[in-house]
Amino acid sequence: MKKVITGDHAVAIGAKLCRVEVVPAFPITPQTLIIEHIADFVSDGDLDAKFLTMESEHSVMSAAAGASAAGARVFTATSSQGLAFMHEMLYATAPLRLPVVMANASRTLGGPPGIWCEYNDSMGARDSGWLQLYVEDNQEALDMVIQSFRIAEDKRVLLPVMPCLDGFVLTHTVEPVDIPEQEEVDSFLLPYEPDIILDPKRPAMIGTFMPSEYIMELRRQTAGAFESAKEVIRQINSEFAQKFGRDYGGLIDTYMMEDAHTALITMGTVTSTSREVVDELRRKGEKVGLIKLRFFRPFPSNELKKAVSHISALGVFDRSISYHGGGPVYNEVRSALYGMTMPVINHLAGIGGRDVTKEQIMKMFELTQKAGKGEKVNDISWHNTRGETN
Amino acid sequence: MITIKELSDDNLFTAGHTACPGCGVAMSIRNAIRVLGKDTVVYVPASCAVVFGTTFPYGAWKVPFFHTAFENTGACLSGMQAAFEKKGKKVTVVGFAGDGGTYDIGLQSMSGAAERNDDVLYICLDNEAYMNTGIQRSGGTPFGAWTTTTPVGNVVQGNRRFKKNLGDIVAAHEIPYYATLSIGQPLDFIRKVEKAKNMRGFRFLHMFTPCIPGWKMDPAKTVEVTKRAVQSGMWTLYEIENGDKRITYKPGKMKSVKDYLMMQGRFRHMSEEDIKKLQMWVCKKWNLHYKEKGAPDVCEILPPVEHHAVTEEHREMHGP
Ligand SMILES: Cc1ncc(C[n+]2csc(CCOP(=O)(O)OP(=O)(O)O)c2C)c(N)n1
Ligand code: SF4
Ligand SMILES: [Mg+2]
Repeated sequence: MKKVITGDHAVAIGAKLCRVEVVPAFPITPQTLIIEHIADFVSDGDLDAKFLTMESEHSVMSAAAGASAAGARVFTATSSQGLAFMHEMLYATAPLRLPVVMANASRTLGGPPGIWCEYNDSMGARDSGWLQLYVEDNQEALDMVIQSFRIAEDKRVLLPVMPCLDGFVLTHTVEPVDIPEQEEVDSFLLPYEPDIILDPKRPAMIGTFMPSEYIMELRRQTAGAFESAKEVIRQINSEFAQKFGRDYGGLIDTYMMEDAHTALITMGTVTSTSREVVDELRRKGEKVGLIKLRFFRPFPSNELKKAVSHISALGVFDRSISYHGGGPVYNEVRSALYGMTMPVINHLAGIGGRDVTKEQIMKMFELTQKAGKGEKVNDISWHNTRGETN
Repeated sequence: MITIKELSDDNLFTAGHTACPGCGVAMSIRNAIRVLGKDTVVYVPASCAVVFGTTFPYGAWKVPFFHTAFENTGACLSGMQAAFEKKGKKVTVVGFAGDGGTYDIGLQSMSGAAERNDDVLYICLDNEAYMNTGIQRSGGTPFGAWTTTTPVGNVVQGNRRFKKNLGDIVAAHEIPYYATLSIGQPLDFIRKVEKAKNMRGFRFLHMFTPCIPGWKMDPAKTVEVTKRAVQSGMWTLYEIENGDKRITYKPGKMKSVKDYLMMQGRFRHMSEEDIKKLQMWVCKKWNLHYKEKGAPDVCEILPPVEHHAVTEEHREMHGP
């Protein structure tokens, strides 16, 4: 069934279709609509879940951890300051292998305060042990909530997953979304049946104090689960595509890359605009391509290497700054491509929710092409920002 | 009511943990879990009890145990309880949090669970300081006490604030049950744990738990110290059930606070003037609590309590 709905609504419906059992919640713009929709589902009897009105995000993730350890399928959503406030608990959930799914509505993390799209909230959590993915439209937002539970609960992974959707651009914008049937989702996502939970019949201690003699092995196991997650993500993507007819490509998605000379890496909604730019440039005969980075954790180094093996220059879009010069995506990409000789340059844009227009993306391609031809351009450029771009 | 004799000992919190000999926290946990029994799931926030009871690969708990952080006991209990309820499992969800994890950093999370009246049992093990990090002051530290962050200096000696009135804060949430306990009064202790176990909604047990190094005391005197605390009025035993407050144990005759203080190195530096201040605070508390004046030989040598309502000293004690 197709419905014209906001991204937040799509996420909430996704959670409902997954038959989530416990939803601890706390409001923050632009995520609030998600928990409001879920509250409606529960109050109307459309979703049989425990909806907990917590008193802070720290408590949201604490309750989520407790409920997950007790064996429930747990969903919640947050954004920005809320994600920062629960930061400590992100680190608790992952190594305890609690497969919580939490949507993050990407929003600038102040100060100064602001409510529009930026990735500096989730990027700060990139080493917390959560899988992270960024969606492009409301359909993908819904679909990825469903896939997230499959990935999170897969015994080869057992890690929490954070699907991120662009604040306002998706959260508050309506688009037609194809809503899967409950029976279809039920056959795709079976009930959560963990091996070790808090159960007086089989007592276990979860979260014990860890001396140095053991903690490295635990980290190594978690890192191993991130490696396994790559294959799991690919498999689940294919399975989903077969069942629902929508193939997202797995860890990355590529567009016009086969014969491209220059490419841009994007995330989130900027990808849609960039696809149009690629079409326009292609009409002019320019060999440009696009890579949509879907998963930031685990980071798809091998896929990227393969995708860019034949091109002569690469631009990397970043929606946040890491204060080492460029953005965090740039840093990761360069590290993944270490040893390759082509120029890789960074394009900072859309920070704090500033619009990213076609003109800016044109400029990104133009600078990247220049770099590819050996012309001198700076490694990092700030687009549509007061002062020089490059 | 179960008697001490009938009390099962399934060893649910086993020997072999590494608490200091005489630890009031360990004694309280052990006795509480005997009453709570097997169908219990426990959360312990960061505190001594996590270290002495769960250092991997050893573990003292034979009931399910969970730990994640320091300030979130209330919220973790709520989440666990929600999951059990959803799954139709009947278990007692219990938190064992320290005073730091309750009076201070965990107050918000506790308050959230209390206000929602979530069906959990919150136990505060009050050893009157952050012991796990090496004895720092908390909101539960009494007036005059030495801690490493309220040192005995040339200018300032010990903690300058009086112990926070947590009982009233918790009770203000209008929860089904709040009670204070002490291992020095085992019958009262068992009765309250059992009662709390069998009630529904948010229940709070506030346990007075001496700490050997933190209080600088003789490990053989744990029980005696708790008894003297009650005899002096520094700790009072009562319960508030659905809004009705009831004193569950009243010492025969009020003893001077000095008797209590002198058993513990953390108070030994206190000046006569500071002891007087603390005694005044206790006399006032006694008065409010037992609805009678404290012992004349203890309280009447002090200026009458009423006079202090407006003095500078009162302000220093209780704020403006
Ligand atoms: C957010 C956070 N801040 C600080 C700490 C360090 N810390 C661990 S236990 C503890 C003190 C615990 O005191 P209390 O709750 O009174 O328990 P006790 O050890 O005295 O039984 C502190 C400060 C921490 N683990 N987490
Ligand atoms: S330091 Fe105090 S609270 Fe901690 S184990 Fe020792 S006696 Fe118990
Ligand atoms: Mg303490």
